[in-house]
Amino acid sequence: MAQKNTAPARSTRASTQPEFHPGSLVSVRDLTPERTRSILQLADTLEAEDTFKRAKRLLKRRVALLFYESSTRTRTSFELAAKSMSADTTLVSSLSSSIEKGESLKDTGITLRSLGAECIILRSPFSGAPYLLAKSTGLPVLNAGDGMHEHPSQALLDLRTMLRHLGIKSAKLNENSLKGLTVTICGDIFHSRVARSNALLLPTLGARVIFCGPTPLLPEVAATIGPGVSIERDFDSSLKQSQIVMMLRIQAERLAGLSLDLEDYKLRYQANGERIAALAPNALIMHPGPIIRGMEITSEVADGPQSAIAEQVHHGLCIRRALLFQALSGERA
Amino acid sequence: MKPILIRGGYLIDPATGLDARHDILLEDGKVAALAKPGKLKHRSAQIIDASGLVVAPGLVDIHVHLREPGQGYKETIASGTAAAAAGGFTSVCAMPNTIPVNDSPSITAWMQAPERNAAIRVFPISAATVGSMGETLTDYAALKKSGAVGVSDDGKPILGDEIMFECLKAAARHNLPVIQHTEDTRMTAGCSMNAGPLAFRLGLRGMSVESESSLAERDISLVRKVKGAHLHVAHLSTKKALDAVTAARDEGLHVTCEVAPHHFVLNEERIGDYDTNAKMNPPLRAESDRAAMIQGILSGRVDCIATDHAPHACHEKEQEFERAPNGITGLETALGLTISVLHKQHGMPLSKLLAMLTHRPAQVLSLAGRGTLAVGSWADVVLFDPAEKWTFHAKDSRSKSKNTPFDGYPMLGRVHTTISEGRIVFER
Repeated sequence: MAQKNTAPARSTRASTQPEFHPGSLVSVRDLTPERTRSILQLADTLEAEDTFKRAKRLLKRRVALLFYESSTRTRTSFELAAKSMSADTTLVSSLSSSIEKGESLKDTGITLRSLGAECIILRSPFSGAPYLLAKSTGLPVLNAGDGMHEHPSQALLDLRTMLRHLGIKSAKLNENSLKGLTVTICGDIFHSRVARSNALLLPTLGARVIFCGPTPLLPEVAATIGPGVSIERDFDSSLKQSQIVMMLRIQAERLAGLSLDLEDYKLRYQANGERIAALAPNALIMHPGPIIRGMEITSEVADGPQSAIAEQVHHGLCIRRALLFQALSGERA
Repeated sequence: MKPILIRGGYLIDPATGLDARHDILLEDGKVAALAKPGKLKHRSAQIIDASGLVVAPGLVDIHVHLREPGQGYKETIASGTAAAAAGGFTSVCAMPNTIPVNDSPSITAWMQAPERNAAIRVFPISAATVGSMGETLTDYAALKKSGAVGVSDDGKPILGDEIMFECLKAAARHNLPVIQHTEDTRMTAGCSMNAGPLAFRLGLRGMSVESESSLAERDISLVRKVKGAHLHVAHLSTKKALDAVTAARDEGLHVTCEVAPHHFVLNEERIGDYDTNAKMNPPLRAESDRAAMIQGILSGRVDCIATDHAPHACHEKEQEFERAPNGITGLETALGLTISVLHKQHGMPLSKLLAMLTHRPAQVLSLAGRGTLAVGSWADVVLFDPAEKWTFHAKDSRSKSKNTPFDGYPMLGRVHTTISEGRIVFER
């Protein structure tokens, strides 16, 4: 049937974006290579800046962290990023707020806005929740992970980690910067918002992404997420092709009825010393955390010389500083 | 009740094949006479000038949720039927997933009582099992006696093989159709949209095509074993399930199906950035399934169109996508969408299109004297301008709820007057 017969095919981006504050970041699909570059450049500027100068950047601006799911890295780094620019932060989490009493996301957002919040950082177990919050508050909303949908600040910090190792300057970043680079993302792709954000972001800069994992965690449909993404069931074969290997945790809390033979999984997909030494001795090993040592990755690899896991956390702070500054200043670096 | 003489209109009655300029006289709630223009005279009748309009049987919707008893904040029988009248409908069949569930003759009768202030005729469909829990059959003889026109656990499937078999047998004994919500809920836990690339990208769990078709196939295999059984597949949305229904019919089984306007007008892309007004069950499907629904209607394999009008309050839809309830309103948009998509875009003749909204649905649930303008049938009439372009605005809806993906949507064909059993119930 011809497309013209459909209800006027609404372009998702064009039609809904104007409803939201332009400082929001909900999906990496809203990032052009130019905008990605401007975020990375701003991250560089803020990192290099004198601490006291940086501390005046967001003096007394008010940032609310609204967390409906537990988090260590993301929450702490957003909070520290805001504080390094002297913004006031407040944390609202589902276990200690009226959320427990049944308050809706919309009402929680309006309450935070009434209390003076100028930007909300949201983590939600529900995919798409940041769109609802952005629409109902009109405030800039930064997506700190929504369900199985996206985790854009994670993809940006992963990108910054990769660029540092590849020696590519932020200012030079364009749609061909990562040409020739192959990134394997291995593990629980289906439940992973990190996998989705990386697979949507990296190919916009020229990289190729291989999803790797067993069918229950990686359905065939995953390859349709965007250009430059393919599926490889054999971890060893994908390791051989990759310069960057990103390991993911099995998300036991989202498995919902899937049965998985964990011993067999480890045998086939664990990043261990022997396997990495034999097949990807020069690859950069990444992991968004939390790591389950001995499961998807061994200590030998996580703590080894190829591991960028600790660096990723540092880059998270830099990226989140840039996102907060953009959200609150309206500046694009 | 004053007689009504409708003059100068173009009369289309698919049930009788009448498709010509005709006048029609309504008297004592029934169609009293039909004749060529100017031939009918009546001294005291109210005259309606229908020039430029199509005069058709009042539309019949065999699948609506009127939310009473129990959820009057979403809709009442009065508000839902007012919306139906504005949409040109004169008969609606109300699903039993009310609170409490309509599983008893007393609730079935309560819904039809004059105190409900229904603008048009309401035919209850009663629950197939007690509390729609899928365990114990309700009393079909008593329900039928109180006015039930079918049995269904709509919103949920009748899942167990044994209970569905018993249900088909009991319903066949009482000459009632079994209306099945064909969703194998064992395959759809936690799902909120159609399975496929879009669901993957949005990070939403998807309902597969097979979750619909496999239960339709299971039901058909049971119908084969029950003499006289009539299975009606509600809100069919996939090619695969339609193929199963078609094959069953070719085999000589009494299996019918309906398709909702949103399933032939929209595809899953309409969800956009998690628009909960595009969330319903069954979900909006892939473009190929939408196209298959159109083909199924054009070829006559789909028996009728039904709206699955499912009102929900604003605050219920203003939630995270996965938490928001399923369903959209549909009574005021059905005719305008059907004409613009099936008639304008796909060239379906008005008479065939009207059949899908009048005598065919009436036939599926054996609603005697409905969906036709034959002399002696109920004086249920709709007058509409098939060429009038207009825009639907949810805020102007007569429904208590505004949950529609068609707010601001262009429509073709607009209702001018609706007459239910000889009374004018809607006038523009």
